[in-house]
Amino acid sequence: MRIVSIFDKFQKLAETSKAMKENHSDFFNIVMGDIISATEAVINGQQMILAGTNNYLGLTFNKQCIEASCLAVEQEGTGTTGSRMANGTFAGHIALEQELSDFFGKKETLIFSTGYVANLAILSTIVGPGEVILLDADCHASIYDGCKLGGAEVIRFRHNDVIDLEKRLRRLSKRSTNVLVVVEGIYSMMGDRAPLSEIVSLKNKYGAYLMVDEAHSMGVLGQNGRGLAEETNVEDSVDFIIGTFSKSLGAIGGFCTSNHLELDLIRYSGRPYVFTASSAPSAIASTRTALQTIRSQPELRQQLWNNVHTLYQRLKELGLAVSPDPSPVIAIRYTDINEAAAVWNGLLERSIYVNLVLPPATPDGGILLRCSLSAAHSIEQIEKIGDAFTAITSRQSC
Amino acid sequence: MPTYDEVFSKIIDLLKSMVVKDDFQITADVDLVNDLGFDSLKVMALLELLEDNFDISIPISILPGITTVKDLAVEIQKLTEN
Repeated sequence: MRIVSIFDKFQKLAETSKAMKENHSDFFNIVMGDIISATEAVINGQQMILAGTNNYLGLTFNKQCIEASCLAVEQEGTGTTGSRMANGTFAGHIALEQELSDFFGKKETLIFSTGYVANLAILSTIVGPGEVILLDADCHASIYDGCKLGGAEVIRFRHNDVIDLEKRLRRLSKRSTNVLVVVEGIYSMMGDRAPLSEIVSLKNKYGAYLMVDEAHSMGVLGQNGRGLAEETNVEDSVDFIIGTFSKSLGAIGGFCTSNHLELDLIRYSGRPYVFTASSAPSAIASTRTALQTIRSQPELRQQLWNNVHTLYQRLKELGLAVSPDPSPVIAIRYTDINEAAAVWNGLLERSIYVNLVLPPATPDGGILLRCSLSAAHSIEQIEKIGDAFTAITSRQSC
Repeated sequence: MPTYDEVFSKIIDLLKSMVVKDDFQITADVDLVNDLGFDSLKVMALLELLEDNFDISIPISILPGITTVKDLAVEIQKLTEN
């Protein structure tokens, strides 16, 4: 009898990886060397404009954030070396939770070590066996993984399809069970938004709960940067808002905020909260300063959107298959990997870095060149990105 | 409520429309991933078609237990009973 190796199941992946390395070696070779600014780094000896970083407000190099972070390291050390439940709750963690509650106008906030962990903790704990999670098909992997870790029944609905969502809510209404609907403010791959107004109407009609992951929309949407729920004016109808510190806030960490005071109980029941070390003081300190910056400098959001509209218009005029609406995430869809890789390499040659995203990480099996823009991009950088796409597109059409 | 045979027959119809290999015989024991080359996106697309056809919602937790066309037919038939 043949002895099966534990690695046999990776055979197909190994073949794909080998083919990618042979044909598109640069894909596996993106290492940021010198990080020059929020929008520039040296990759393999070449200085690049970064247009694929999720650094929407450019706060990773904000002077005040850096100073706060340095001061925290000096005063509190490099790490907490423990869980929030044990020795890992510092005054800064509590202060940040209160500041997030104040920012969102909610009663209770929990912070987590990453946004991924926030989704794991909430989704695996807040709903359980006998209850149901209805999630948008294009939700992030952390949402799927959180669902998998818990005991709830998990059902997908078609992406942004409120008719499909209602079908599922209607079927579930025959059962006496709690239903949590999960959507995202801005979807990370295509940059499109959830139809939140209609989803809130359905949530109210069927008595469901609603969770919105504002990872890519916090700091980006809404008059005060509170995300899609603020922009749509439905904040009071959203039961749980999930967010991250690793995008517009420029650090690392995650949170959940809610008017349900019972959220506090996740501190004792959510394994991903209890059994991991808490965020380092430096990340907490820079995040607190970044949150203040979001509140005090709305012009950053305006600058971001100016950049978005400029580049989106240019790419659209080139006839590229861009995402349907302007967004800080601008995805260009390709069906052929070689064509997408050629454009991606052409951009690298012109000192532009964007994300090359392959299935199954893409929503419909296509290949994406995913640009994410920043308030820190200068207009010259935005024009240079547009010029690079223009040059490559012109060359291809010759 | 459809019988197992009716569910099985519907799955075969849907698979035929999704599989390029014209001369390939799809039987109960055919493996969706290894024989038909389905990736996770294609499996999800198939489930969506089945949900529409039978007016059911399919929990994604059933997926790890499904390898063959027969496995899928059994699970779908169970869901239609509920």
